Formats: sequence, C-alpha cells, structure tokens
Amino acid sequence: MSAARPAAAPEIVVSARELSRRFGDFVAVDRVSFEVARGEIFGFLGSNGAGKTTTIRILCGLLEPTGGSASVAGFDVATQRSSIKTRIGYMSQRFSLYADLSVDENLRFWGGAYRLWGRELEARRRWALQAAGLEARRRALVRDLPGGFRQRLALGCALLHEPPVVFLDEPTGGVDPEARRRFWDLIDELAAGGTTVFVTTHSMDEAERCHRVALMHAGRLLALDTIRALKAAFPAGCVLDLGSLQPVAAMTLLEGTPGVEDVALFGDRVHVVVDSPQRAAGVVAALASGGLPPTAIEPGAPSLEDVFIKVIRDADARSGP
Amino acid sequence: MIRRVLAVTVKELLQLRRDWRTALALLGMPVLLLMIYGYALSFDVQDIRLAVVDSSRSAASRQLLQAFLQSGYFVQVGALDDTRPLDALFDSGRAQAALVIPRDFAAALAARRPTGVQFVLDGSDSQTASTILGYARQVVAAAGPSLAGLELEPRVAARPLVWYNPNLESSIFLVPGLLAFILMVSSVIATALAVVREKERGTMESLRATPLLAIELLFGKTLPYLLVATVAAATSLALAWALFDVPVRGEIGWLAAVTVLFLAGGLGWGVFISTLADTQQVAFQLGLLSSMLPTLLLSGFIFPISSMPPALQAISHIVPARYYIATLREIVLKGVGPEVWWNDALALVAYGAVVLLLATARTVRSL
Repeated sequence: MSAARPAAAPEIVVSARELSRRFGDFVAVDRVSFEVARGEIFGFLGSNGAGKTTTIRILCGLLEPTGGSASVAGFDVATQRSSIKTRIGYMSQRFSLYADLSVDENLRFWGGAYRLWGRELEARRRWALQAAGLEARRRALVRDLPGGFRQRLALGCALLHEPPVVFLDEPTGGVDPEARRRFWDLIDELAAGGTTVFVTTHSMDEAERCHRVALMHAGRLLALDTIRALKAAFPAGCVLDLGSLQPVAAMTLLEGTPGVEDVALFGDRVHVVVDSPQRAAGVVAALASGGLPPTAIEPGAPSLEDVFIKVIRDADARSGP
Repeated sequence: MIRRVLAVTVKELLQLRRDWRTALALLGMPVLLLMIYGYALSFDVQDIRLAVVDSSRSAASRQLLQAFLQSGYFVQVGALDDTRPLDALFDSGRAQAALVIPRDFAAALAARRPTGVQFVLDGSDSQTASTILGYARQVVAAAGPSLAGLELEPRVAARPLVWYNPNLESSIFLVPGLLAFILMVSSVIATALAVVREKERGTMESLRATPLLAIELLFGKTLPYLLVATVAAATSLALAWALFDVPVRGEIGWLAAVTVLFLAGGLGWGVFISTLADTQQVAFQLGLLSSMLPTLLLSGFIFPISSMPPALQAISHIVPARYYIATLREIVLKGVGPEVWWNDALALVAYGAVVLLLATARTVRSL
C-alpha cells in the first residue's frame, strides 16, 4: 500500500503496522499500515468517523492500540508513551488553549507542561509569538482573538519544545481562507526545517498542500500516495469537461443519466465523471436529446475529490452491501 | 517536577483571578455562611414567654416568680387565675411555658413539707422545650433553698461546673463544626470543578498529550485551592472570634496543621469526584452531596455521634469532618496539645492518604 521509496531511504519518523483499535464490537481502526518520513507533510483524509482521530490519538500515546504496532520518533506507542510525549506536539480537534488566559500566559503554561523553564522557555515563547504573528497581541486574552490567530497560537504552543513530529487534528476548522493560507505557510516552513507534520483534514484544498495523502474510510486505509500519483492512477477517459449554455440544467439532466458517477460545476464548465470511457458518447447524446447540446467537449483532469469518491465506491463495491 | 507543578498552579491562579465570581465565592461564602449559621443556628433560647398561674399569692410565690424573671431567660406574658386559658395561650403562641404555683405552696414551705410547682411546656418544638426545661430547673434549684427561709444544706448535692464554655453558649460549640462544614464543601467542589472544567473544554486531551504527569497536574491544581481555602478558614476563625467570642485557646500552629490535613483530604476527594464526572454540573452535585450531607449529619457538628444508632456511628468513622471537628474543639475550646487529639489527627492523615492515593490512581487511568 505504501509508496515506492526513493533510492536514498529517508528517515522514518512515524510508522504503523497492521495498527487496529476496537471499541467493543466497533472497529475504529482496522489493520492500518503506513510510514511517514522526516520533514514530510502527511495528510490524513476521510469523513467523520473514518478513524482519523482514533489513529492520531494512538500515535500520540493517548489511546492504546488493540492490535498491530506503531512507533513515533523511534518509540513504541504501546510501551514507551512517556518518551513519545516529550517528542511530539499535538494540536487537538477541540480547542487546546485556555480562553481565559492571555497569549503570553498560554505560551508560558504550555511551555511549562512541555518541561521548558527559564531562559529557554522565554526564548521559545518569543519564537512562537513571532512565528504566529502575535507579538502585538501577546497580552490579549485568547477569547478575544479571531479564530486564525488562535489556530496559529495553538500551533505555536504545540511547537514550543521543538518536537520532531507534530500531529494536527483538523487544525483549520472554522477559519477564514486567508488565515488558513497563513497557517499552511507556517506548516510548509516547519516541514522545510525538518519537522514531520501529520495533519488530518476533510478539506480537499488542504489535502492538495500535503506531500502525501492517506485516505481512510470506515477504519480502513484505502489509498496512500502523492496527489500526482493518485490522480495519474485514475482511469483515463473517464473525466469530461463540457461547455454548456445552461450548465445547471445540464448538470440536473446528467445526474440521472446511466453511467454517470458524479457531476459538478467548475465555473461555466460541467465536470462529469463516468464509469468507463465508452460512456462519453452516451453523455453527449443525452444532452443533445435533452435540448442542451454541449458547446465544447474536452477530456478533463480528475480532481482529488473524484479520486477519493472512486476509491471509496470501489472499496464499498468489493466489500459488498 | 516542582517546576511543572508550579506551572499548573500559576495558570490556575491566573484563571481564578480572571474568574472573580468563583474567587469571591470561595472567599466570601465561608464568611457569609458563618454569619448566617452563626446567628441563626443557635440553640440558645432567650426571652421565653412565661405565663404565670399563681394560686398561692404569697411572698414565697412572688419570690419564686422574681427568681424566674431575674434569671434573664424569662419574660412574663400574663397572670392567670387558673390553668384553663393556658391552652389558648399556647395555641396562639403567646406563651411558650407556664409556671403553676399551687394554693398550698407557702403553707407547705412553712411546714417544711415537700412541695412543688408545676411547669407547663409547649413540647411541639422539643429542642426548645428541653432547653427551657433546663433553664427552669436551674432557676428552681437556685431559688429553692432560700425560699424555705432556712439555711438548709442538703447532704448530697451535685454542683454543676461547666468548663470551657461556662454559659453553655451553643455558638462556641457550633463554630468549629461550621468551619469544618464550610471548608469541606468549598474544597471538594472547587477542585472537582477545576478538573472537570478541563475535560469539558477539551483542554484535558491536550494536557494528556504533554509530558505532564497526572500527579503533577493534580498537585498543581489542588495547591491554589488549598491556599484559598486556608485563607478562608483563617478569616472565618477570626470572624468567629470577633463576632461570637469563640476563644482560641490552643496553639495556632497546631490549628493550622490540622486544618491543612483536613483540607488535603477534602481536595483529594474533590479530585476523586472529578474522575467520576464528565460535566461540571454532575461534579457539582456529586461534590455537594458527598461533602455536605455527611459533614452536616454524621460528623457530630449538630447531632452528637454518641447518640446515633450503631450503624450511623460506624459510618461516621469515614467522615473526615468527625475527626476535624473533634480536634478543633480540643484545640480551640480547651487549648490542649496533640497528646490529647493525636488519634483524631492520625485518622485525618489516614483519610487524606487513602483519598489522595485513590484519586491519583483513578486520574492516571481515566484522565
């Protein structure tokens, strides 16, 4: 399942082998295996309940696996949890700052929790303020900060002790696009500096900024590769970009046409995914007979979303109803 | 370790400073409760409305009545010819007690025959009634010999001499218990809420991912509340001394030491509750129920342990306030040292140790 490794084997920072976690009869994580290299931005995708957060919690030493094994920064997640905790930063899905403390007070507290002290703590606090762009607001209470600032502060807090790995669990939920872009610029910088970034998201925009992405669905890891490789693996000829004078009407019509798996509007273009290249002619014919002949027909590039929908559909078809 | 505990403590104090309502409640509630309970929760009865049926109408009977009125406990609300209107007086609440002096009272006294007066009481409030009866007995016992007009010296007489609280004022008896009650309730609830708040807001998850140990978190979280509760205790005791003349006869050092012991147990219990509750509301209710009721009912605060049924007496052994109140009374009222109350103090140590151990074990597993 994992991607072919380059010739010079990279340093593996996070690895999971057949990792599983059950809660009673429910299998939240089902025999998941992957490796993440140093300095990599590793995206973990999937819908809610797919098992992303459970996997992250196991890797952070917050939850014990019920099967398989995993290691983070060279330490086993089942037996060496305290060693892991000094070497990771964790930014949880739920807000991980104290709203009733100021920016500075939050940084000092989390620094203390990460075992920093004295001059070292002060130096790292200044670094975090600068990295998050919060120098001017360091005395403001967190509850008075806009979401984007809070997110960068939470990241700053998780990085105070310079961990080799950070786990970010849906870090940019509810943040405006500009703040989101700044946040990801920060992540790029980190990765360039050699920090491994493990991030979960369900936003395709964010996934595009990851070096590699893994798709989880119902506890299983369905796909893992670079974005480019995932898109290249998509069957050729199955994506059509159609020009149309009435794109919305065309979309509605195509949704009921046999062989069409997905229709979406990209500007004035109708983006159609069909289950085999032979269907293309049928699509055009259906539009023509419906009085909505396409003004242009071009082979389209699959979006990441197309790729994932197909992967999930294929997996569901294999496992049966 | 100490640095990390301090980091948590500083954070907690900063939050407490911002959350001035909680801070005010922690410091102000004990004082408020002390005032309310101190003034309201008094078993002393004053200005008892006394109806008088004096059928004797003699010098002796008037002398006896004067003895009642001069005692300071009684005020006369009526002079009746016979006992028939008494019912109405009691029913309307105009009289709480009646003194009935028989026709042959003076004659019997003169003839040195044994005689008695009848004392009628409204027994619907038994606590008050028995207090009034006690006062009446005192008055009659004191006035009896002189009434006889003789220097009659009984051969055997019990002479009550009450030590430590000569006027038997209930405030002196109640204040130590009140202090225990206030400290227990506030320490348990404050810590339980402080820990559960982190769970509710989701910060606990982030804390767990740090190298911070459960024990560091617990110590760091309880320390500020220990400080605040100690200040509240000192304020309460000073107020009790100023307002209710509760003397502090013993060593302040011992008092402080025992108080800290007691608080440690309460804080530990608060942490233990926080491992059972997931919301602040549940934590508040569990904390209130488990600290308030036993401290109020099973500690000897109001109801003497020795007069409880054996089953309740047995249960009272696991109520820490029982030992604290006993020790407090020894130190505050009697001024005695550890040679007297060491076993109670030891029980507090044992309670604190068990509860803290339990709390830590639960925290390590559940947080």
